[in-house]
Amino acid sequence: MSSERRSRVFGVMGEFSTPEDLLAATKKTREAGYNHIEAYTPFPIEGLSEAVGFRGFRSNLVAFITLVGGIGGGLTGFGLQYWVAAITYPINIGGRPLNSWPAFIPVTFELTVLGASIFAVVSMLALNKLPQPYHPVFNVDRFSQASTDKFFLCIEARDPKFDLTVTAKFLQSLHATHVNEVKDEE
Amino acid sequence: MSVTQENLRVGHEPEPWLAPGHTYASVTDKIASAVLTRPLGIGWLAGFGLCFSIVMVLNLAVGWLFIKGVGIWGINIPVGWGFAIVNFVWWIGIGHAGTLISAILFLLNQQWRTSINRFAEAMTLFAVACAGLFPLIHTGRPWMAYYMFPYPSTMGIWPQFRSPLIWDVFAVSTYGTVSLIFWFVGLLPDLATLRDRAKNKWQQVIFGMLSMGWRGSARHWKRYQVAYLLLAGLATPLVLSVHTVVSFDFAVGIVPGWHTTIFPPYFVAGAIYSGFAMVLTLAIPMRAAYGMQDFITRRHLEQMAKVMLATGLIVAYGYFIEFFMAFYSGNKFDLFMTWQRLHGPYAPFYYALILCNILTPQLLWIKKVRQNIAALFVISLVINSGMWLERFVIVVISLTRDFMPSAWGRYSATVWDYATFVGTLGLFTMLMFLFVRGLPAIAISEMRELVHQESHGSEGHQ
Repeated sequence: MSSERRSRVFGVMGEFSTPEDLLAATKKTREAGYNHIEAYTPFPIEGLSEAVGFRGFRSNLVAFITLVGGIGGGLTGFGLQYWVAAITYPINIGGRPLNSWPAFIPVTFELTVLGASIFAVVSMLALNKLPQPYHPVFNVDRFSQASTDKFFLCIEARDPKFDLTVTAKFLQSLHATHVNEVKDEE
Repeated sequence: MSVTQENLRVGHEPEPWLAPGHTYASVTDKIASAVLTRPLGIGWLAGFGLCFSIVMVLNLAVGWLFIKGVGIWGINIPVGWGFAIVNFVWWIGIGHAGTLISAILFLLNQQWRTSINRFAEAMTLFAVACAGLFPLIHTGRPWMAYYMFPYPSTMGIWPQFRSPLIWDVFAVSTYGTVSLIFWFVGLLPDLATLRDRAKNKWQQVIFGMLSMGWRGSARHWKRYQVAYLLLAGLATPLVLSVHTVVSFDFAVGIVPGWHTTIFPPYFVAGAIYSGFAMVLTLAIPMRAAYGMQDFITRRHLEQMAKVMLATGLIVAYGYFIEFFMAFYSGNKFDLFMTWQRLHGPYAPFYYALILCNILTPQLLWIKKVRQNIAALFVISLVINSGMWLERFVIVVISLTRDFMPSAWGRYSATVWDYATFVGTLGLFTMLMFLFVRGLPAIAISEMRELVHQESHGSEGHQ
């Protein structure tokens, strides 16, 4: 436990002024062979997640989990009512059927929606690894603009092609307005 | 099509949804500054103070109720429901506009929802909170309210799932929960914006915790958009189901005037109608007080007026069908109940309802009225009152005039009924006051998207 703070390089971050510049730069970065990249923007930009290499089933996992939550909620809702009304607490009302399923539809529907909604939100947060108070990108001073009007592209150090000087030069060649080193505290 | 032709005739483009000249930074500054830097004005303090004292009236009314029981209200046999249910249905209906704006208009890709969805959703939450209070305190023993949920009790009893009142418990609690998480998901990127722009340690810590470390990465946004779209898709049938289930509370019963199949659609339309009226009631003062005229333009107000007109006509159709079916069926109880609406002791309420809900909104056919902000404000208040009268007429006239004359009665509310109702109005308004200063009242990240879209050709959307 040394009191001295050591830091290592997390990556290099380029700043862009418009979403179009960022999108073009991201595409070029992928073409140049960098795979561990991430873009940060103040609002969602069409095509950007595909451009950083986030596509296919993985990118729609939230939808799949939501489906599971919805089906689970619906089965729970109907199962609960069937078990209560027909098995554990049967009440004979004029000889009417105990499994009066049409009367169970509203609650089944509500629990389907509830299950799906909760699974959608929780899976979105969990897959995004939120809550996560600390992340190396926050060490870049200018990054606070990422939630206002600036667009950032970060090439991460774990990429096999990463080299601090070369990668920084590369980002400059893509017309990034600022290029910063991203430090990570160990 | 007609819009295009009209524009061609007049020879100008429709007003944009956002005043020209705004950038990503300017919309962010403007909306965030209302939370972060704007000092507490005398207007806000006075308004908040007034509402806070009304909430104290609510506390008093509910406290006295807990001591004495529901006998302090005007309810009796046959009118066991009274104000509590009237207010419950009124409040829950108001909530519906928020979900309609945030979910249904989102699915329909209506850009004008962007600047009003956040505070309409907040309005939904607060309205649902006020609504939920009424059945709770109406149970007489609110500390036993958990009996309504299915849980393995030592008494071995379970709720009756064939009852619309139990459906209501599930519908309203699901609606409250889904509205809350939908609202929070929408807030997440904006909370991150506030964290990054925080002016002091407190703001930084609070918004830092609430924003959960959101950093707007492309992968975050992708999952966020999937989740948001799905939530919108889920909230759409949900909002339609909630007032449907509320209408089942009435329609499943055999009381004259309640037992009709028109109830679910006409309740849903009425809910949206009153909800949009409430959105206008809130939006008009708010945009003036916080200088949000660039974001909530006259065109937004006009659009909401059109939705009110359309849903108001559906409601009028519902009234007409109720009337028609009573005569067409020839059922003597329905006929008598209709006659009582027109000539009975509560007839003034019925005529006031027709005036507020059917006649007044016809003014909205006139473009000059739709563009007159003061007129819209007044009309929105009239419609809010009209929708409250509608629920009063439905509950009270039917219950006081059912099958046997020996079961007839009268109903009048006591001062505690009024204190509770006015108290929830205070609670609702107080929460809105807190909301506009504590959280961004307009979705900032969506406004930035709107800036992006407006700057890249606005082909095809009207």
